[in-house]
Amino acid sequence: MEFVITVARYGLLVLLWIFVFTVVGVIRRDLFAGSQSSRIVAAPRGVGAATAPGRPAKVKRGKAAHQLFVTAGSLAGTRITLGEAPITIGRAEDSTLVITDDYASAKHARLVPRAGQWYLEDLGSTNGTYLDKTKVGAPTPVPLGVPIRIGRTSLELRP
Amino acid sequence: MTATAIPSPSPTNPGDGAGAPRPRTRRNVELGLLLFVAAILLVYAAVVEGNAIGEVTPDFWVQVAILAVIFGAAHVAIRFVAPYADPVILPAVALINGIGIGFLRRLDIGRAKAPLRADLSVFGGDGFRQLGWTAAAIVGAVILMLIVRDHRSLSRYAYTLGLAGIVLVLIPAVLPARFSSINGAKLWIKFPGFSIQPGEFAKICLLVFFAYYLVRKREVLSRASKRILGIDFPRGRDLGPVVLVWLLSLMVLIFEKDLGTSLMYFGMFVVTLYIATVRVSWLILGLGFFIGGAFLAYFLGKTVGGPFLNFSERATTWLDPFADADNKGYQLVQSLLGLGTGGLTGTGPGAGQPLNVPEVRTDFIFSGLGEEIGLFGLTALLVIYLLLVERGLRAAINVRDSFGKLFAGGLAFTLGLQVFVIVGGISQLIPLTGQTTPFLSAGGSSLVANWLLIGLLLRISDASRRPAGGAPSIGLGGASSGGGGGAPVQIQELPTEVVR
Repeated sequence: MEFVITVARYGLLVLLWIFVFTVVGVIRRDLFAGSQSSRIVAAPRGVGAATAPGRPAKVKRGKAAHQLFVTAGSLAGTRITLGEAPITIGRAEDSTLVITDDYASAKHARLVPRAGQWYLEDLGSTNGTYLDKTKVGAPTPVPLGVPIRIGRTSLELRP
Repeated sequence: MTATAIPSPSPTNPGDGAGAPRPRTRRNVELGLLLFVAAILLVYAAVVEGNAIGEVTPDFWVQVAILAVIFGAAHVAIRFVAPYADPVILPAVALINGIGIGFLRRLDIGRAKAPLRADLSVFGGDGFRQLGWTAAAIVGAVILMLIVRDHRSLSRYAYTLGLAGIVLVLIPAVLPARFSSINGAKLWIKFPGFSIQPGEFAKICLLVFFAYYLVRKREVLSRASKRILGIDFPRGRDLGPVVLVWLLSLMVLIFEKDLGTSLMYFGMFVVTLYIATVRVSWLILGLGFFIGGAFLAYFLGKTVGGPFLNFSERATTWLDPFADADNKGYQLVQSLLGLGTGGLTGTGPGAGQPLNVPEVRTDFIFSGLGEEIGLFGLTALLVIYLLLVERGLRAAINVRDSFGKLFAGGLAFTLGLQVFVIVGGISQLIPLTGQTTPFLSAGGSSLVANWLLIGLLLRISDASRRPAGGAPSIGLGGASSGGGGGAPVQIQELPTEVVR
């Protein structure tokens, strides 16, 4: 009995720490499932952002955008998992991405999926929506990794 | 008992099979982790009985089974109410809460006379009362998640909640001591039979207001500034609200005689301010204000006495607890001795003497536990708290609106600060204050308030992890619950509201 209790007593401490590391493992898997492709296959190559300009054609055909990532501005670090529905961006409370920025309009821009490709459309904003450096008017296809600029906020699509 | 230790790592696997095409909700991972928690609690309960009673009674599993049912129900509720919520939050809290209940049961056993211990009913004592509070707290948190289908709807009631928060803070200060004072701290509203600590609930109300106010003011607060010594300091007139909150927290310090609570409120505000503006100067100013205020209170207590006396006495005890080890320093000395006895691996659950530590049910539960599970065990618990805070901050980073960011960041920080204040207190890092240890300490108010906080964090993490165009799997509840506020929501836009 003595012996069993001693084993169980230390076993409890070990169990506590196994729990801690299990939780850390879950969190880690969560992080990587989010920031890279949802498939594990492309992990080593997809890491560097530099691959995108090198082979634009392949990127466009091979991978669909799964995430909208905010790279600069007050919401930097935010990511939205893309589904089937369009994404509205602006200062209005009911936008999908609510930007509090003096240079953004209430209903500023919209991202719409058509046959696996996302199109960016300006909704008559005051200060304009920029895809890389060109101003967007009519719906324009958005390649992966190209910055969308709205006011001081910068967004990009990621696989 | 050794057998329970072996199969434990397996529950992590089922989560991997969760659906491929749709974004994963990770609810199966949560279930697996909860089963793991149940296994840990079972081992804990068995060791406690083996050490404290000398045999493992046939009923040792009853308490854990009840807990498992309660947390299982919470898990099922989350599947419906917040399917995309973070899978780690619930199991982490469940483990801390369960260990707390197990420890309170261990104290019940320790208090009973040796021959009666084996027959001590599970359905009685502090352990069972805490079990009841846990059930109530989880029901409360689920109801809160049902009412608040979208955390942004909270911002509509920001001013009301802010006012309610201030009233809740001030009630105990205004009430006569006989209705509000326990052990020198005026933090309570005493009713016949039980008492509640309104300050615990005030935290959440105030945080809603802080987040709302700062979302409105962040541009002004972060832009207009003067540069001194390479750090941007805000203009004098923008300091107004900060000074106001500082005065409020000092009033709490003086009239309610509680450094911990006042540090909580002030810390909450300063950190939400920092999250809103990303200005280090706010942290410097805030710390400066608080330390200055505390020093002032200390010296005023030394010279003038009166309302400041309590604080200066506490500070003196903190500086040298062994000077008056039998009287004023008794609590702290016993706590330190308990932690020291535990050493690295502890005496083993049920084998220590936690009843020698005063207030071991509430304020000093961490040192009571520390004697029995040692530094290794305590560190594991602290890391679990840390991971909990991290998940809260992660939800804050991922959520898509500024109010949600500030609110979730504030909630997570509040939890972490509270753990710091009490654990720092019992280990003589900072002056001891009567804060509860979240989810561990005996006491209904604290448990319910912290579970409500977790409910809100789960709600926000659900919003942050839900795919933007995902299937509206929870139906139409979101629209009906938010309707009361009379917000300018157009009917055509409602479907997108529901989705998120």
